[in-house]
Amino acid sequence: MNAYLDLQKIGIVFPTARGPFRALQDINLQVAQGEFISLIGHSGCGKSTVLNIVAGLLDATEGYALLKGKEVKGPGPDRAVVFQNHSLLPWLTVYENVQLAVDKVMPGKNRAERRDWVMHNLRLVHMDHAADKRPGEISGGMKQRVGIARALAMQPDVLLMDEPFGALDALTRAHLQDSVMEIQAELGNTVMMITHDVDEAVLLSDRIVMMTNGPAATIGAILGVDLPRPRDRLALAHDPAYHALRSQVLDFLYNRQARPREAA
Amino acid sequence: MHAQALPLDGPVVEAAANAAVASQPPAIAPAVPPGGEPAAHRRPPNRERNRRIALTLLLPLLTFLAVLAGWSALQKTVAPELPTPAATWTHATSVLADPFYENGPNDMGIGWQLLYSLGRVGAGFGLAALVGIPLGFLMGMSVNVQRAFSPLIQILRPVSPLAWLPIGLLVFKAVDPSAIFVIFITCIWPMILNTAAGVKAIPQDYMNVAAVLKLGKFELARRILFPATLPYVVTGMRLSLGVAWMVIVAAEMLTGGIGIGFWVWDEWNNLNVPSIILAIAIIGLVGIALDLVMGLAQSRLDYTKR
Repeated sequence: MNAYLDLQKIGIVFPTARGPFRALQDINLQVAQGEFISLIGHSGCGKSTVLNIVAGLLDATEGYALLKGKEVKGPGPDRAVVFQNHSLLPWLTVYENVQLAVDKVMPGKNRAERRDWVMHNLRLVHMDHAADKRPGEISGGMKQRVGIARALAMQPDVLLMDEPFGALDALTRAHLQDSVMEIQAELGNTVMMITHDVDEAVLLSDRIVMMTNGPAATIGAILGVDLPRPRDRLALAHDPAYHALRSQVLDFLYNRQARPREAA
Repeated sequence: MHAQALPLDGPVVEAAANAAVASQPPAIAPAVPPGGEPAAHRRPPNRERNRRIALTLLLPLLTFLAVLAGWSALQKTVAPELPTPAATWTHATSVLADPFYENGPNDMGIGWQLLYSLGRVGAGFGLAALVGIPLGFLMGMSVNVQRAFSPLIQILRPVSPLAWLPIGLLVFKAVDPSAIFVIFITCIWPMILNTAAGVKAIPQDYMNVAAVLKLGKFELARRILFPATLPYVVTGMRLSLGVAWMVIVAAEMLTGGIGIGFWVWDEWNNLNVPSIILAIAIIGLVGIALDLVMGLAQSRLDYTKR
């Protein structure tokens, strides 16, 4: 099978003071182009480690990740990351933060084209009005929008999101989830998102990858979400199919992979 | 003298405050019945402000008056050799009336003395920045450079820079370069250590951004390392300039020639005590001015203070 993104028998062992620690084992996952995948699991299960391996920020001890048939080696803008805590550079304006990525990824385009592309991506996340503000002057949700714009501006093959809405309040989070769904419907990005929010996973994903608890965490089950798109959170609240999917994820997390005591 | 200030405290607190704001669901307007009681208990803001301004002016004035009274009392009782505040004031006005006179190289106005001292501090400070900041960057970026230099710096840092003065005189065989050398030694340790601390304090997130963007070494330094470290560098410069201004007075007392430190010592030899009191006040005021300049630079260059 020739998947767009293909994780083959990935495992990772970290050296620690108390000897080697196996965080991941035998991760196999095939992602199709344009698919929205969520990785869900209890904290400490290594879901962020999977994402960092795909991003190239960590090297797998075993196995490998293939993107469009090529092995992933080191980080690169073809796998743009939206970090949990936005990671905007505080000395640059919103515009300059996105511009940094655009200048790097599109050196062939002229100045006006690059400017248009920066503004286009800021418009996608509804942040063009704050282009000249600094990160310290905008709210947490706005920062995360800019982080998403920066990642989108790289036109990545895969968009990696590491608990992108984890630090936001419920209402802001809902707004951003809607924005991400809109953007994904428009651009057809392939997305891999880490989350610990069951509703978020069901609402956004085509498939939910549920991970077992570490050490030696692996994929416990994969749940296909066949809810029709576009999805509306209010309508879904009364949809039995939505609730059935939600219960399946909850059942996996709380019955089959009971929360480890120390993470409570 | 190497107080590692943590300028990044600012944004952390700010970010926390932002997060707190963001995590509050939009408040529903408080249900005040129409015609309900307005905030009548609050003081008018103008009166509050005027009171605050009056106190910030009045209280220090009282302190200065108390010091003058104490000085007068001391002079009248246990230390009759001290000049009176009034005599000092008269002397000060005559010294300050002509700060830039020149009666040969050994008798120049207090303005010249200050300018010479400032020039030495500026030269030593500038040279220390040229050497210390790049070295601090290298130490922050490379564990091996850190390993190589850290023990040497740790040994030399607690040494009073004045201990280096004889070495300077021996090597340079002249007063000016020796004093500049002492200021260089004074300034270089805080600059190295703060710069290195700044590079090490760069959040891993910024480095991850750089990695995903595949920034080259030069771009990494220009776009990420340098701006992220700048607040620390400026803090190091501000600290070292403050200490340098203290050290130059002592260094010039030893080297002689010209300079505010030499002037203090010369006036002591003439038993001209009012001049010494005047010098103390002026050295203090120039010190404040230098710190204000660095503070201004800090607020312009430090993204955490904008």
